[in-house]
Amino acid sequence: MFNKILVLLAVFGLLVFASNARSDEFTKEDLKKWREAFMEVVKEGERLFHSPLGRNKVSCDMCHPNAANTHPETYPKFQKQLGKVVELRDMINWCIQNPLEGDPLPLDDPRMIALEAYIKWERRGVPLAPGKH
Amino acid sequence: MKKLTRRSFLKKAAIGGLAAAAPLKMVEVVYGQGAQEKFTFAVISDAHLTHIKGTKFVRNFDEGLERAVTEVSFMDPPPDFVVFGGDLAQLGKKEELEHGLEKLSKLSLPIKFVIGEHDFYLDMGEYWQKHIAPLNYSFDHKGVHFVVLNSILTYDSWINQFKDPMERMLGMARLDNPHGSPFIVGEEGRRWLKKDLAKLSPDTPIIVLTHSPLYKIFKPWNFWTDDAEEVQAILARFKKVTVMHGHVHQIIYNQIGNITFYAFMSTAWPWPYPPTYTQKPSNFPKITVMMNRADPFHERDGTGWSWAEVAAGRVTHHYELWENTPRTVYYDEKLGHPVDKDYQDPSKRIPPQIHY
Repeated sequence: MFNKILVLLAVFGLLVFASNARSDEFTKEDLKKWREAFMEVVKEGERLFHSPLGRNKVSCDMCHPNAANTHPETYPKFQKQLGKVVELRDMINWCIQNPLEGDPLPLDDPRMIALEAYIKWERRGVPLAPGKH
Repeated sequence: MKKLTRRSFLKKAAIGGLAAAAPLKMVEVVYGQGAQEKFTFAVISDAHLTHIKGTKFVRNFDEGLERAVTEVSFMDPPPDFVVFGGDLAQLGKKEELEHGLEKLSKLSLPIKFVIGEHDFYLDMGEYWQKHIAPLNYSFDHKGVHFVVLNSILTYDSWINQFKDPMERMLGMARLDNPHGSPFIVGEEGRRWLKKDLAKLSPDTPIIVLTHSPLYKIFKPWNFWTDDAEEVQAILARFKKVTVMHGHVHQIIYNQIGNITFYAFMSTAWPWPYPPTYTQKPSNFPKITVMMNRADPFHERDGTGWSWAEVAAGRVTHHYELWENTPRTVYYDEKLGHPVDKDYQDPSKRIPPQIHY
């Protein structure tokens, strides 16, 4: 019985060690692959940002070239016009519904993730400032 | 003040549904001062009327231009003429240009048209030159020599890569296009300008009207004219030179040597200020006090029109900002550059003027 426990512990230990080892082991190729996967979503976001997402041919970039004046680093924040604390995606949907005269995207829609990825990529390096108006 | 008769009021009121809301402009009337009599002109710019299909156009942009036309019509006394600063259309379509002309036809004042890149790159200015205005021209008004100079040309190598005119138009219409091309006046335009100014004495006040700024602010968004220095050199011998331009959709003013620069507002939407794009540096003029950050929930905030008061060859530029406080920028003779009437002193700035 004692031997059995020892064996079990040893196997468990090996497993833990092995899985730890695996999680630590990623290569430069992995980094490159993950970066490429991310940049592909950024690129899709850039395409959407420069396309009509509503019914009137207006696109996000017409007011926000290079996603400027979107301030992703300040969200979540109290959006005075909505009277509550909201996330960047809530403002993206507000813009799609109002100036673009379209329908809001589900918050987990891949297009929403792509738009956020592009907006944040264009703002990279700016320190987080949640709540800033 | 000139009185509005019932008849002229009704005529003006018929111009737009906004009659009740439109302010009457109070302008000081000053009578002749010899060769350089005081006068005013109004500016409407960057309307970007966008055709959706059939009879449908983007409502927001239509309403911006309509409001400017109504308010200019109510100026009392009326301005001597109206400058349209370019980008009447969004994609240079005949439908958009004609839609814009119809809206501008409500003005009973002469209009001096400047072409913008959105009016040009679909048919390379063919419709504009045939039906609206020449690309380069000049006129004299109450002692001031006005020049309309086409500054939105670009290099042939960029133009020639496109086979499809709409592709070319879309390439130029995208402000943040990483494969864009800077504006130029070009050799022919500069030669024309030199010849146009040749006979004038250095004392003649000059006002140049262009679409792009005749200096270099931010290349990634084409707030930039590539041969600006060469154009500035042609203007260098004159004592009083003012360049007024569209394209940037925001309050910008600057002084470079003898030249004072003022930007026009757009009636359609405001652009962000270049320093807010943190990935690339800009040469944004330090003397400009930025306009208030626009509130997107107020559709007309950050847009508007302006009027220029010209006295002794210098311009005082009054920005009429919808849903925001008006601004006045004038040339300060002592400082030798334009200053904002209320906000130039850093201690007078307000939080919404901080852009980041």
